[in-house]
Amino acid sequence: MHPAPSVILFTALSGLGFGLLAWLGLGLPPVTGWVAFTFYFIGYALAVGGLLSSVLHLANPKNAIKAFSQWRSSWLSREGIMAILSLSVIAIHAIGTIFFATRLPAIGALGTGLALVTVFTTSMIYTQLKSVPRWNTPLTPILFQLWALGGGALLAGQFGAAAILLAILGIMQVLAWMQGDARGATGESTIETATGLGRIGKTRLLESPHTGQNYLLKEMAFTVGRKHALKLRVIALLCAVVLPVALIAIFPATHALALPVIALHLVGLLAARWLFFAEASHVVRLYYGK
Amino acid sequence: MTTLPTSTEKKLGLAIDLDTCVGCHACVVSCKEWNTSNYGTPLSDEDAYGAEPHGTFLNRVHSFEAQPETGCSQTIHFPKSCLHCDDAPCVTVCPTGASYKRTEDGIVLVNEDDCMGCGLCAWACPYGARELDQLSGVMKKCTLCIDRIYNENIPEEDRVPACVRSCPAGARHFGDFADPDSNVSKLVAERGGIDLMPEMGTKPVNKYLPPRPKDRPSEARLEETHSEPKGFLAWLDKALEAI
Repeated sequence: MHPAPSVILFTALSGLGFGLLAWLGLGLPPVTGWVAFTFYFIGYALAVGGLLSSVLHLANPKNAIKAFSQWRSSWLSREGIMAILSLSVIAIHAIGTIFFATRLPAIGALGTGLALVTVFTTSMIYTQLKSVPRWNTPLTPILFQLWALGGGALLAGQFGAAAILLAILGIMQVLAWMQGDARGATGESTIETATGLGRIGKTRLLESPHTGQNYLLKEMAFTVGRKHALKLRVIALLCAVVLPVALIAIFPATHALALPVIALHLVGLLAARWLFFAEASHVVRLYYGK
Repeated sequence: MTTLPTSTEKKLGLAIDLDTCVGCHACVVSCKEWNTSNYGTPLSDEDAYGAEPHGTFLNRVHSFEAQPETGCSQTIHFPKSCLHCDDAPCVTVCPTGASYKRTEDGIVLVNEDDCMGCGLCAWACPYGARELDQLSGVMKKCTLCIDRIYNENIPEEDRVPACVRSCPAGARHFGDFADPDSNVSKLVAERGGIDLMPEMGTKPVNKYLPPRPKDRPSEARLEETHSEPKGFLAWLDKALEAI
């Protein structure tokens, strides 16, 4: 699938933002006043920035407001609604801690729950697609939750929890890569099932329907950069999981530690999210002999 | 509303005969012509006279080669457009309500006034039946020529999809799959019509009639290159050997 920068940034940043807000909803770290303001500002900037970035990839953004209407069937619509709902509930909790030094634990916990549901709805946009076998697995929502909670824990300064969550994340990410590789690019679909010509024999594309490019090929038959996939996987794993966990284990938990750890994690996250799109393949490629 | 109807009164669609299609692309051209000037925004082209022309099409003809265990391979021209699936994943993923399946006839349509061009429906479709128009920014797909089939301002014989009307080989048949006595239902029963990628669970309405098995495969074989010469050629062969 075409790894559009806007969608990579959207899923990565909004996931981190909602992850941080989920921790803040639980009162972790227990901050008030200006310090709380800073934490919430980062959380909202990431979550809202990510959502705005997703609007950038729309071809006809003037109808974006209508995306809140189809929650009965559409995960993308549910995501929009849950994002607004969770940001609103968490805002009440934020106002309490920033301006009144008072925590509303029930509201905070509700906000945490809603933030995690928002991340789940994001993951389901991809998970639901049978046409993209690499995404169509329960591991996708699990990974999205771990990336959000693990990265959020780093941002919230919850280094102990972060180390555990990142370790689990690393294992699940490797499992997802292995599972995806084992399933193959197009899963159980083949050029024979796509054309129904398997009953005659082995089938191949003799002539493409058009000599030039088209939307489908650009959007769904992305192959550029796959040759670096293994290197990128190593970079993603090292930066997002191994190095942060090692730094947390070696050094005392301070602000000075937070900065390099978060920067490393972000690099790893972006590499992993780039791979999430670039390595995923759509079954439509079968009709193009790819 | 992007929830799918539990059932539709009619199931209008196409039966495409892979035995008959000659791969002339007339359906591709007539589809583009009709649909660029009727329902919704035009089907735009980019760099149309340049080095890398590309554009939006609702119907494309692929050509495949199938190789049986023994004998010659078979060439199959394969027109592909929206299959108007009963369980259309492109409809349910739509966040704005632009994508819908009609209860009365099962046609899957895009209401362009609601489409925000997110492209998720094109991702959801396993068949590549939807293309996002790069100029108008809205999703385009086969409408089954809804503005022809119900159009009382055109002669009755023209009230079929443009691709069906233009096919010189009679490889495309339009009808109601919900009616077991319709032309298309009979064809599917007779010829063992199939679904594309049944494993995707989309329950396509459109059916493909597979190529009939070659009834005289021996005659399709290439001439033997080294056969024993007879008559004059045999004499010539001998004479040349003797030199």
